[in-house]
Amino acid sequence: MSASITNPHSIAALSGSPVQPLIGRSSRGRLVLRRFLRHRLSLIGLMCVMLLYALAFLGPLLTPWGYAEQDPTAYLAPPSAQHWFGTTQIGEDVFAQTLRGLQKSLTIGLLVGVISTGIAAVVGTAAGYFGGWVDRILMWVVDLLLVIPSFLIIAILSPAFRGTTWLILVVLLAAFSWMITARIVRGLTLSLREREFVLAARFMGVPPWRIIARHIVPNMASLLIIDATITVGTAILTETGLSFFGFGVQPPDVSLGTLIASGTNSALTFPWLFLFSGGLLALTVLSVNFVGDGLRDALDPTSTRGSRRRVR
Amino acid sequence: MTEPVLAVTDLTVSFPTDHGLLTAVRGLNYQVSAGEVLGIVGESGSGKSVSSMAVMGLLPPQATITGSIRFQGRELLGRSDVELSQIRGRRISMIFQDPLSALTPVYTVGDQVAEALLVHGTLSRQAAGARAVELLNVVGIPDAARRAQAFPHEFSGGMRQRVVIAMAIANDPDLIIADEPTTALDVTVQAQVLQVLATAREITGAGIVLITHDLGVVAGFADRVQVMYAGRTVETGGVDDIFYHPRMPYTRGLLASIPRVDTTQRRTLVPIEGQPPSLVGLGPGCPFAPRCPLVIDQCRSTEPDLAPVSGTHQCACHRAAVEAAPPLVSGVASYNSVSHSRVLLRVEHLVRHYPVRKGTILRRQVGTVRAVDDISFELREQETLGLVGESGCGKTSTLMEILNLTAPAQGRIEVLGTDVSALDRRRRMQLRRDLQVVFQDPIASLDPRLPVFDLLAEPLRAHGVPGAEIRRRVPELLKLVGLSPEHASRYPAEFSGGQRQRIGIGRALALEPKLLVLDEPVSALDVSIQAGVLNLLDELRVRLGLALLFVAHDLAVVRHIADRVAVMYLGKIVEIGPVDAVYTAPQHPYTQALISAIPIPDPAKESARERILLTGDLPSPADVPSGCRFRTRCFRYAALPPGLRSRCEQEEPARQQRGEPEHESACHYAAAHAVL
Repeated sequence: MSASITNPHSIAALSGSPVQPLIGRSSRGRLVLRRFLRHRLSLIGLMCVMLLYALAFLGPLLTPWGYAEQDPTAYLAPPSAQHWFGTTQIGEDVFAQTLRGLQKSLTIGLLVGVISTGIAAVVGTAAGYFGGWVDRILMWVVDLLLVIPSFLIIAILSPAFRGTTWLILVVLLAAFSWMITARIVRGLTLSLREREFVLAARFMGVPPWRIIARHIVPNMASLLIIDATITVGTAILTETGLSFFGFGVQPPDVSLGTLIASGTNSALTFPWLFLFSGGLLALTVLSVNFVGDGLRDALDPTSTRGSRRRVR
Repeated sequence: MTEPVLAVTDLTVSFPTDHGLLTAVRGLNYQVSAGEVLGIVGESGSGKSVSSMAVMGLLPPQATITGSIRFQGRELLGRSDVELSQIRGRRISMIFQDPLSALTPVYTVGDQVAEALLVHGTLSRQAAGARAVELLNVVGIPDAARRAQAFPHEFSGGMRQRVVIAMAIANDPDLIIADEPTTALDVTVQAQVLQVLATAREITGAGIVLITHDLGVVAGFADRVQVMYAGRTVETGGVDDIFYHPRMPYTRGLLASIPRVDTTQRRTLVPIEGQPPSLVGLGPGCPFAPRCPLVIDQCRSTEPDLAPVSGTHQCACHRAAVEAAPPLVSGVASYNSVSHSRVLLRVEHLVRHYPVRKGTILRRQVGTVRAVDDISFELREQETLGLVGESGCGKTSTLMEILNLTAPAQGRIEVLGTDVSALDRRRRMQLRRDLQVVFQDPIASLDPRLPVFDLLAEPLRAHGVPGAEIRRRVPELLKLVGLSPEHASRYPAEFSGGQRQRIGIGRALALEPKLLVLDEPVSALDVSIQAGVLNLLDELRVRLGLALLFVAHDLAVVRHIADRVAVMYLGKIVEIGPVDAVYTAPQHPYTQALISAIPIPDPAKESARERILLTGDLPSPADVPSGCRFRTRCFRYAALPPGLRSRCEQEEPARQQRGEPEHESACHYAAAHAVL
């Protein structure tokens, strides 16, 4: 063995007892976790997301104002000790509103990101891997969803869902944002399917779904992770559009999306209406991006950031 | 002595990388005279290609080049790209390894050759066109005037390389640099291309720098040889010096590690231990020291310089004076004679045709690719069968048919006595335990995102082996293939090619199969590494009682490892028999040509032996000649009187036993003819 030992794991293994390998059942899982934890930015991102959640749910306890409560003594007041983030035209407390919006938007964004990328991964890999009729039917569905304007369908569906929980929003948003990714995933699967390691797994007798889960999806992890993180941001903003159709978040209830939408007009004149909700959105997307970056590097063994590379 | 065409002195090339300065070439010296062929031999990463790119001035701008490159007395280093363009292509030309990417796909071949003339010459467009056809004729492209109008994709690999050579000699250069010119080609085509290159040298009188990893090619073609290791010349001299009196342990190791097609005894190869060193931050001392069997303390502290041994023979080694190296031939392995044991794999009249379809809406079949066309063979317990043939002859298709374990379109496949068409899902799964595969490309066949532990555990998990057993078995497997259990938590990218192939072999052995199918397992590896993997396979099959189905295009490797060999041509087995019989007394003309085309790393033998050059390329399997499918390239058919030819044209020859028992060939006019 002449390849110089650069990997900290193997040094650990050498110094420990050499007979007992340190690997458990899912050694990939552990390796990925270890590499993820080594990535500082992604840890900061993860902590930010958690702090945002804490802020969203614990923050309202800090202020006496409710999100729908109006203060007749302060219309369009700038941030002050009384109203930390200022007030709106009709005297609502912006701090209370922003946190209320954050509660929903965080959940909407993260869930939509995960669900839509999940659907894309399942549909795309299934279509690409199995080919034939499965491929044709799934791609037909994808094309159909792509050509039919999603808002039209939502407009038709809206009476049926009116008055139910705002979580239906998550389902709808996810249902209309996975198609393009699914097509890309299918294309990648087509080329991965021909790779020798997939063939090797097949000849070993590994069942198809296991091949997809263990070989195909991890090899396109970068794409999926980037897709998911982008979707988080877009979902939070698209939600305003849906709210316009009478879904989920209705006034006086608010979300980050509706706050931003109503605040943009006065961004320059009364910046507090826009800045805080906008800033929190940016922070959310940024921290999710950091987490995604870390996850991608942790999953990609050739990434130089996860661990030092072999020196030949 | 006349002034050399090219004189490289003290050439150093380094690149900045993330890990530090990578010095690819460290003080290289060589000279080439007109009409001389200098062979530069080395493994990948030895700096042989980088040094030639430096001569051409084709290195990226971040490379730091020092030293001197004098071409016909003029210094090339430090000249601008514009000035170099005056010399490049006209005075010095280059032949690249991959003929596909060396030609532009959107221009006709004739135009591209003519362009080479127009850029540098004063010829008119018409004259250049005419000269291009002439050149294509010289390099042996049949019907050159018509073929000049064709596009590169309409040419086969060998033909494309001829076109590249035509471009290279277009301006009557004084120096031709050929960088692995035949590596991407089949052996029979390689022989043709080398012939063309020899013609090119005669016509132009140019000096040729032939860069290759194949010692056999050098033995037959070069006048002088230079062996490179870790960016330096470690030994240089005339061909005979290098091949018969190598002094440097590395050269000796290289010569001992290549399987030879002309050995009658099966000897254990002597691999060079370890890996080539990293060129980043190379320490003091001889870079070969960690792998050297003759290493002494001096080697580790100071790097030896080139010192004369005798005449022009020079060697950079502290131990060059040691005449007797430790025995390079360490043992003789025996062939298996297992004619009476159980048949593990039986293939009968297997056919695999792929339809060729055309049209986008109404898809109609316009032809059939006869990838595998009625082949039959058997593989017995503990036996190794080599399946050889040029690319496109259906070797891999045959393997895939066997590995799929589904009913073939026609014919029968029997694995361990079970007809695969009668298998249900559960039985097929069970059968997979006994039939495992090792792929050619050790990079592509291991999932880059799985650590080694999971890679090796995968087949075990798929077959429901309990977790505790897996944790016990994986370190055991790693030891079995010569790696250490600590490697389990690394990713495949951290290993070298040879080590990766060992992981691939370990994975295939995880389920303790009885039959191992190997698809070109060593062809992607460097020679010194290849020997180690071959030895491992040899050892494992004896220890574990494996039967191997070994697919390769390299006949020397097959002779080394196989007990029996089957030669395929265009989807048919043309000759099959015990290895010794097939290699010493081949009966089918194709086998004879194939064996005669393999270069032997022995200059005297190489120049003395008869070389049968096949004409043309492998016909397309979609358009198979009638009767005997080899007749279009067959020298025996060509020599037949017209009356006897019609049999070859009309009747497909059946396989018949001739000569030794079990030695069968499919030729109407089969006759044994020794070509080694």
